[in-house]
Amino acid sequence: MELVHKNLPALIVVLPLCMGLITSIIGRRGLGWWLAMGTTSAVLAMSVQLLVNVLESGTQTVTYVMGSWPVPFGIGYVVDPLNAAVLLIVSMIATVVTLYARKSIASEIDPRRLHFFYALWLFCMTGLLGITITGDAFNLYVLLEISSLSTYTLVALGRNRNRRALTAAINYLVLGSIGANFYLLGIAYLYQVTGSLNIADIHHILTTQVFPTWSTDAPMYRTTVFVGFALMAVGLSLKLALFPLHGWLPNAYTYAPSSVSALLASTATKVGAYAFIRVLFTLVGVNFAFKLLHTDTVLMISAGAAILMGSWLAFRQTNIKKLLAYSSIGQIGYITLGFALGNVNGLTASVIHLFNHALTKGGMFMALGIVAYRTGHTRLQDLQGLGRKLPFTMAAFTAGGLGLIGVPLTAGFVSKWYLVSACFEQGRYEMAAIVLVGSLIALLYTWKVVEAIYFGKRPEDAPAIKEAPITMLVPTLLLAGASIYFGIDASTSSRIATAAAKFLLGVGP
Amino acid sequence: MKDNVLMRVAARWNMPFLLVFALYTQTHGELGPGGGFQAGVMIAAAFIVYGMVFGADEMRRVVPRWITDVLAALGVLIYAGTGVYCMLQGYTFLDYTALIPSNPGGAEPWGMTTVEYGVGITVSCVMITIFNEITEGTLPGDQAETTTEKA
Repeated sequence: MELVHKNLPALIVVLPLCMGLITSIIGRRGLGWWLAMGTTSAVLAMSVQLLVNVLESGTQTVTYVMGSWPVPFGIGYVVDPLNAAVLLIVSMIATVVTLYARKSIASEIDPRRLHFFYALWLFCMTGLLGITITGDAFNLYVLLEISSLSTYTLVALGRNRNRRALTAAINYLVLGSIGANFYLLGIAYLYQVTGSLNIADIHHILTTQVFPTWSTDAPMYRTTVFVGFALMAVGLSLKLALFPLHGWLPNAYTYAPSSVSALLASTATKVGAYAFIRVLFTLVGVNFAFKLLHTDTVLMISAGAAILMGSWLAFRQTNIKKLLAYSSIGQIGYITLGFALGNVNGLTASVIHLFNHALTKGGMFMALGIVAYRTGHTRLQDLQGLGRKLPFTMAAFTAGGLGLIGVPLTAGFVSKWYLVSACFEQGRYEMAAIVLVGSLIALLYTWKVVEAIYFGKRPEDAPAIKEAPITMLVPTLLLAGASIYFGIDASTSSRIATAAAKFLLGVGP
Repeated sequence: MKDNVLMRVAARWNMPFLLVFALYTQTHGELGPGGGFQAGVMIAAAFIVYGMVFGADEMRRVVPRWITDVLAALGVLIYAGTGVYCMLQGYTFLDYTALIPSNPGGAEPWGMTTVEYGVGITVSCVMITIFNEITEGTLPGDQAETTTEKA
């Protein structure tokens, strides 16, 4: 146990990697699921322990050096309140979705290749957890590629249900690679300036040696840093599907297998948003990004457009899975708006919305996966009258929908409360208005679906269907229940989110 | 291409040299230019040349798919396993000192060599897998579902 405690930050990445490899070798005949389930549960336990360690430690950070090379030279894994929270989100969602995936995925892909699915599943986790925990900008790129490559494949596995999964995956692959390469190029520019790849070290060199020269006659590397930061920002915006760069997302989410959609929607873009926050606040710093470059204005325009356009396009969809995908784009807008505001409440809103939206959207995608499992489709007309046939599943879906609107007593309300108060604090009344209009459109599209579910009539000739199998229903209800619970009692989630926000802005615990 | 005498003989005669040079590159990875990646590519090149001349099916008879699948994973496991071994000895992940605690300087090459063997195995197997994927065309279970699409 002592060994495990000492090596927690490394194990949280190494364990899924090793287990993924082992799964690809011996994971046949259902063993793959057991291995994946065991691994995700172990990772969940480790991330809880890490969060506790971080919140209890005086400095609020836990550092781990790979291969005992000291930090600016070797790769260091740094855990602080922000990424401890994101680690918890990723591992928690992964555990619940893995529980759900067993039945769901068995009906969607060739059983002879199931062990490869679970191997990719664990690699995807490796990447996502690694991006979150690493303190090294280049290592972040490597892990970004690990998670992205496995994600492309996971999306393409939806081809047995619909061939368009393949084009969606290729589209995602091309855009995702461009995003990752932009990020890499940005790192290269900053490396040229600072000669370091460690995030904290780059920040230190930039703020103590590079920025101070900019007010003088001979500014050092001014353009290089601008270009480097711009490349990184655009690359990461592509990864997190910020509004004008969201093109890959709707089809990828729509045609991926149900459990993959649930996992991606609630973790992949969240980790992208986390990486963006990391670059903004701990790599280049707020003074550079917001005061000098006015990135906040650009981000707010993007976020506002994402909220309005994402929600509106969601309203126009008739395939409900695509509706949820577009709604995710809108929700990413809320997250981006939060950190673009750059104050404690805004960042708290961002972090807490990462968590709340993961619960809400994960639950909704899982409920929709049950519909696909039972009826084979996710079109609006297939949901007609399902409120009677699948009462629990549809209750979970409706709870999620209420969360998207931000009805009081749901998790979505808590995030929007923080977000709107942050807007008022900064005097951004127009952004507060956009948030409210976005919620209004969310009401429209949620109502469209809920009306079909509860007031629509299922066609007489439709085949009889039963409620979902218990192993799919329990995880769905778990997430939906959690999204309600964290709306009623938000003290834990907001405490962690506030700690993360205050840490980022350096205003003490 | 296997009807062409020149191709057949050239492929056959080149194979041992490719493999030996690959092993040389692999074993000198920690001292000179080279290492697991390059060696892996060369090993794969030997098999791919064989496959191109004698046909991909013939190559798959020599190196069945399950072998490349297992070895590709095993290579990374050797890499990660070295790191985990160091962890179990009470050092940090991939701290090679754990291999020979009394002589850290001597342990570095050992660690690097072990890790590079893992890299070599994985790279060669993944290269062969890529070749397999290109030449095979369809995946298992593909034919059955083409008719039941368009739903």
